[in-house]
Formats: sequence, structure tokens, C-alpha cells
Amino acid sequence: MSCLTDKFDELRKIYPEEIKSSMVLPLLQLTLKEKGHLTESDAIFIAEYLDVPAMQVKEALTWYSMLYRTPMGRNVVKVCRSIACALCGEERLIGHLTRKLGVQPGCTTPDGKFTLLEVECLASCGTAPAMQVNDTYHEQLTEEKIDRILEELS
Amino acid sequence: MTCDRVFFTFDITADSHLLPAYRSRGGYKALEKSLRELSPAEVQAEVAASGLRGRGGAGFPTATKWSFLAKGAPVYYLCCNADEGEPGTFKDRWIFEHSPHLLIEGMLIACYALGVRHSFIYIRGEFDLSYRRLMHALDEARQAGLLGNLIMGTDFSCDIIVQQGAGAYVCGEESSMLSSIEGLKGYPRNKPPFPAVKGLYQMPTVINNVETLSTIPWILANGGAAYAKIGAEKNSGTRLFGISGHVKNPGLYEHETGYRLKDLIYQDAGGIAGGRALKAVIPGGSSTPILRADEIENITLDIESVAAAGSMLGSGGVIVIAEGTCMVRLLQVLTRFYAHESCGQCIPCREGTSWMNKVVTRILQGKGVAGDLERLESITKGITGNTVCALGAAASMPVASFLNKFRDEFAYFIEHGRSLNDGRLEVQL
Repeated sequence: MSCLTDKFDELRKIYPEEIKSSMVLPLLQLTLKEKGHLTESDAIFIAEYLDVPAMQVKEALTWYSMLYRTPMGRNVVKVCRSIACALCGEERLIGHLTRKLGVQPGCTTPDGKFTLLEVECLASCGTAPAMQVNDTYHEQLTEEKIDRILEELS
Repeated sequence: MTCDRVFFTFDITADSHLLPAYRSRGGYKALEKSLRELSPAEVQAEVAASGLRGRGGAGFPTATKWSFLAKGAPVYYLCCNADEGEPGTFKDRWIFEHSPHLLIEGMLIACYALGVRHSFIYIRGEFDLSYRRLMHALDEARQAGLLGNLIMGTDFSCDIIVQQGAGAYVCGEESSMLSSIEGLKGYPRNKPPFPAVKGLYQMPTVINNVETLSTIPWILANGGAAYAKIGAEKNSGTRLFGISGHVKNPGLYEHETGYRLKDLIYQDAGGIAGGRALKAVIPGGSSTPILRADEIENITLDIESVAAAGSMLGSGGVIVIAEGTCMVRLLQVLTRFYAHESCGQCIPCREGTSWMNKVVTRILQGKGVAGDLERLESITKGITGNTVCALGAAASMPVASFLNKFRDEFAYFIEHGRSLNDGRLEVQL
């Protein structure tokens, strides 16, 4: 954790001291990026660094869906299941991904390569169906396109 | 016929989102004019004259919102709401990816008008290219002396801090967004006090949508009166309309307000996928009440026209549904969304959204029972008006309107345990 304080200090330059509490989410996100998932001790470390109540950071940690609290696969595949993607074949694609990866949504493949998630609207409605692999958006998906994307990651 | 445009004014190339290209299109001239020639009050007056109304969904007049700011505070904040999460909406992404400087310039003009030193952009955590292009554009602006201390050699200084969300739809609700920027879980707050009186860190705060702020450079460059002449009478200007679902050419289109909804569907978007008939339209993002095909005949894309038809223009995200689509299944997609996104603060919403989802899901599984439709309606009434924020109402409107418009399909499903339609949501081509 302490290896992160240099990066924390860097970020702190952007924020006026009176609004340092605004750094809670950025610091959680920075730590997540480094560690892959977050634990309660990360929250406490950040709380102590910022001198804000530990419960505030713990609440934030457990409330936001993108702050993972369990280890994830090396590639996180997030398939949009909201209305526009649902109208354009999300169910078909999630079926394809489930067969292809051999795991249900919410699970990680035994080799730790992929975690498959269903998520809500990615704001890709005009280019539906869509998914996000790690940070990258993939839109206007077809089964063939998904196969190519997975192959490149294997 | 040519029409005035704010956004789709250039061809997209590999570098059209960068500062030199933006400047070649006249970028930052409106900021320069504001800083050098106009007082903050004069900038506010131009925005007031334009008749600009918020593009996030509620359609509140922007200048009026600004005028509510409490006087005499030591600090004022501006927050740009870029937590674009309303299903069916994807316009802010376009602005970030293709014209991020338009937003930056708009924010700086607004900050000058409002006396803001530190402003925020709260951008969705999922956005990747949008975020990178925004951060790059901010760097460009900073290096060019357009952002930071003593902008363009004037005595105006302003910073923009970018906060990334972390996957919470409710953070698009303005007070929830403020909680999130303050480093808290994103619980919405009671109003009053409104953010203009007590907002971020208890200071007077203006919260505007990305598209709203990005319109301001055009208004300052061409004048508020010129903007007021474009489009519909009571909500002037152009808007970015996203069209998605069962159409041939989904995507984003810029039109003057007052453009015919049917033209958007049949001309811009090329009509219904698979040559099917139109069944229904959700006109302004997934929370807005659904309309049957026969109800959209005379609708134009302005706030009043859509309201007169019993729905809302909202965020301008038009979702099109083809004949043959199972409305029970489609509603379950929506109830699942709101049950997932309820923040858990208010009991009517926390319990009600999950309860509605359970009832719709059991109907879909063929296990619906007599009284389920009345039960759903009773839950929507129990939620609406009894929560801190509008998410509860946003969850209730689709349920109430689906039942109102397509009741026979729900009744059939409960009675027969199967869909009146083929049950799939996707149009088979």
C-alpha cells in the first residue's frame, strides 16, 4: 500500500485542501488499478491518508459497483444488458459467451483469464449490442466479432 | 435545406477532436469575446436571451437555474453532469470523443459568468475513449493558456477537475452526484435546499449537462437572440437525438427542436428493422412513458409536443420497438435495471423497485397470478412522490405506462403462461 503514496501525493496536487474528501473515489480507483481488487484495509489506508472517517471510505467501497472487492479474471468482459442492447440480441450474445468461456455471468474461468459480467447501460445504444473488455468498448457485436476479440486476448 | 448546427459542423477525421482543429473551426473565440468584451452579467444575459433549456432530461431553463445561485457566498462551484447513464442516451459520449473542447470552452464561459474558480466534470467510470480524449483536451487547453491561471492573459483563473464515476446510475441525479464528488456513497439529498443554495460542500453550485454547456460557445459567438430563433418556440435550439432499438440505422442525429419524430424514425434512421411495422416508441430515455405507434403520428421533438402526447422528451434518447416484440419481456429488462440501480436510501424505492421486478419476472416465467397487474400499479403509486430523488418515479413510469398501453399482453401472459408474441426481443432478419 505504502508504495502507492507517491501516486496519491501526485493526485493531491490537483485538489484544494478544503475539498480533499473528493479524493476518496479517485484514490480507491487508483488503488484498484494497481491491485485488481480492493479490501477493507485499502479503505482504512485511504481514510488515514486523507484523515477522513474510515466508515466513509468503507461505505464508498461497498456501494459502487465498479469497485471490485473480489479477485477478477485478467480480462473482465462486461456485456450490456439494458434495453437497446436487449432489443438487438444481447441474450443471444451472452449465450454465445457463456458457451465459449464455459462460465455463467458473474463467474471467472478456472484459468483466471476471463470474468464474465452482465452490466447495465454502457451508453452504446446507437451501436448496440455492446460490451466492454477491461476498458475497451466493442460495439455492433456479432458472434464472429466476439470470437475474434476473445482469440486476441487468449 | 440547411439548418444551424451546434455540434455536427465538421467532418470527423483522425485529429478533428484536437485543439488546432477546434481552433480552426473558430474555437475559443467565444471565450475570448466573453472575457475581453463582456461582463459576467452580460454573458448570463446572452444565455437568458437564448432560451436554452437543460439537455439532461428535465429541460429546466439554464439561465433561470443560474439566477437561483445564492448571493454573497465565498465560493461557487460548477459541476458538469457527464454521468450519462439513462438507457437510450449516448450523446455526451459523442461530444467527449469528437469535440471535447466545445465542452471545455462552454464550461469556462459558464464559470466566468458565475464566478467559479474550481469546476468539476463528473464523467461515467465506464467511459474510456471519452475520458482519454477529455483529459488530453484539458492538457492541450492548459498548455495553450486557456485553462488554469490568468486565462488568455486576463485576470480570470479557472480549473476543471475530472471525477470518474464508479458504476452508479443514480449519480446522474444531481444531488447524488454532489455526494459522490464529495467522496461519499452517492445518496441523493432532500431538496430544498437546492444545490444553487447549498450544493457541493454546502456552497452554491450549478449543475449542467454536457450538451447544455457545450451549446454555450455557439450562443456567445452568435448571440442569444440568434439561438432563440432556431427550433421550437418554447425550447429553442438544436438537440442531439439518439435513436436506438429496432431501426435500420440507429445513431445520433442533430436536429432543430420541433423536428418530426416520424421523420427521425423513418428518414434518418431508415425505418423499422426487418421491414416490420412500428409497435411503440420510448421517446426520451428508458424512464419516459412508452407511446403506441398510433400516438406518435403528430409528435415533434420538442418538450411541449412530447408532453402533450403523455410522455417526456427527457434526454432525447428515442428507443424504437417493432411489432411482434413481447412487452412483458421488455418491461422486465427495465424493471431489472431500476431494481439494480436503486441506491437503497428510501424504502419505497428500495423495496418497490425490487418488488416490481419480482412480479414482472414471475409473470415472464409463466407464474403470474390474478391481481399481479393491480399489485404492480399499487406499487408504482406507493413509490412515486415518496422518495428523495426521481429514480423511484423513473422506475414507476415505464411500469405504469406499459400496463396502461399494453395491458392485454400482460393479462394474456398471466392467463396462458406464455407470450402473446414470439417472446424474443431481437428482430430476426
